[in-house]
Amino acid sequence: MGLLFEGIVQAFQLLLSADPELLEIAGLSLVVSGAATGISLLIGLPLGTWLALALLRGRGAAMTFVNTGMAFPPVVVGLFVAIMLWRSGPLGDLRLMYTPAAMVMAEVIIATPVIVGLTAAALRQLDPRLRLQLLGLGASRWQTTWWLWREARLPLLAAIMAGFGSVISEVGAAMMVGGNIRGETRVLTTSIVLETSKGRFEMAIALGIILLALAFVVNAVLTRAQHRDPHR
Amino acid sequence: MPDPAVSSFPSRHVVEVRDVTVVRAGRTILSVDQLAVAEGETLAIVGPNGAGKTTLLLALAGLVRPDTGQLLFRGSAVGRSEGLAYRRRLGLVMPDPLLLDTTVFANVALGLRFRGVPGRRTEPLVTEWLERLGVAHLRDRRAGGLSSGEAQRVSLARALVLEPELLLLDEPFASVDAATRTQLVEDLAVLLEATPVTCALVTHDLDEAVRLGDHMAVLLDGRLRQAGPPEAVLASPIDEDVAAFVGIETRVRGMVTAVKDGVAVVDTGACRVEATLPEDGARTIAPARPVLCCLRPGDVTLWSAGSLGPSSSARNRLDGRITGLAPQGSTVRVTIDCSFPLVALITRASADEMALEEGQQVTAVFKASAVHLIPLAS
Repeated sequence: MGLLFEGIVQAFQLLLSADPELLEIAGLSLVVSGAATGISLLIGLPLGTWLALALLRGRGAAMTFVNTGMAFPPVVVGLFVAIMLWRSGPLGDLRLMYTPAAMVMAEVIIATPVIVGLTAAALRQLDPRLRLQLLGLGASRWQTTWWLWREARLPLLAAIMAGFGSVISEVGAAMMVGGNIRGETRVLTTSIVLETSKGRFEMAIALGIILLALAFVVNAVLTRAQHRDPHR
Repeated sequence: MPDPAVSSFPSRHVVEVRDVTVVRAGRTILSVDQLAVAEGETLAIVGPNGAGKTTLLLALAGLVRPDTGQLLFRGSAVGRSEGLAYRRRLGLVMPDPLLLDTTVFANVALGLRFRGVPGRRTEPLVTEWLERLGVAHLRDRRAGGLSSGEAQRVSLARALVLEPELLLLDEPFASVDAATRTQLVEDLAVLLEATPVTCALVTHDLDEAVRLGDHMAVLLDGRLRQAGPPEAVLASPIDEDVAAFVGIETRVRGMVTAVKDGVAVVDTGACRVEATLPEDGARTIAPARPVLCCLRPGDVTLWSAGSLGPSSSARNRLDGRITGLAPQGSTVRVTIDCSFPLVALITRASADEMALEEGQQVTAVFKASAVHLIPLAS
């Protein structure tokens, strides 16, 4: 117990003194996961929209594929990306192994199915005739898509948050393709593993608090947005 | 070969469909040879649920591509690439309001926004139509907080503000309660009469069709069966299916035995029915020809057995036994066996006065002019 208590006190000291190493690790986490979420959104939002709105005969199969993707173990994704980026692998010449770019790659593969699946679910929740109604008022295909996204903005926000959540807290793939290199690919999750193994609990706890705080902020934003809506 | 059932449509057509069929999962759900809406007119498309009315309306909107046939707007075919340009001439209202999660004002302004109409022009237009639909006081309210009647008014305003060349209404009062519906129908009737809007209205309610429509088209099982002025269709259905749909509950087959002075005498097997001939009936209704006698419940009066005096001028008096009594609010539907099933609609008061009950002997009385004859194929 003394270990925990001491650790917490020292963690707060580190946080309050804005320890530069701490900030660098937290910053990299945000940049890598933020970029990965952004790219996943660029791929996943249109894909999920298309899945939801297009009249596909293979829609059921596509959704099963997406749902499987959502449940994919991140460590397996890490393995896949590692194989791809290994010196002797297909993309080995790019020399991306053990770089933040590799981590972003892995996180995009993890987050995209989440965003695709939840975007499709968000749009399927809308009245199927709404699309016809908008078209019948003179909306172009783009205008229709935009206004449907606006109408489903809360579940879409949830999809983005879920995508971000799935990668900010991920440790397996980040470790495997990033290598946890100090100053280069060390992020919150991989640092916590390292610091705990070294017995530096005050650092691990401080990092953990930041990670928890991030998760909390993300959820708080979403919950506030949802509660502000009078008729949800 | 033009379908004789379809009275010819006036030539100033705003929109027309020709030889249109729509097939879904191997079944032909819509097959219309020709249907048009004339300038400034309201066409009521009626039929039971599942008749294909919505499919037809969506085809008129260019939102359903028919598997065969053409959609013509002011005489020219609407091609694939012209879809958006055509849709921008329309305004569509669906059975549910389908308002967006924003203010009433923003909802009504939506179509104008799609067309890129600048804000300074949008404001007065939206305000005007909010007033005309009686929802100006709700302009800043969020759509989610409206009653169904208010929401549907907003949906109507949203389409009407576009001053569309063609207004398409798909069962616009389906989601509204009966009392609100009556008021809305009236308000819409006034609006349609005041502005020269060309309108196609889908409904399964014949009263709405009569009140709002200048022209009526009856759709049964995806096929256009009859078209013409609403009163004419209701009074003179072209075949038994249409007759059943327009509320003619008594339908009995018979053979014409004599025609004299504009009145045909029909032998239904066990009794005789006299019916006045329709204007063009002389050709098809002649002795030894089979016909279907059609009679509306409201045209029948009932008398207790033996109480009917000779003073009534009605030519048809049939004795029968009551087989069913169905109270419907302030009226009672009485089913009588006069050797064929006959349905009468009488007031509750009359039913109570005569102390009607099942098994009772009554006399059904109706005029020859109330019987509509449909010639049948031999």
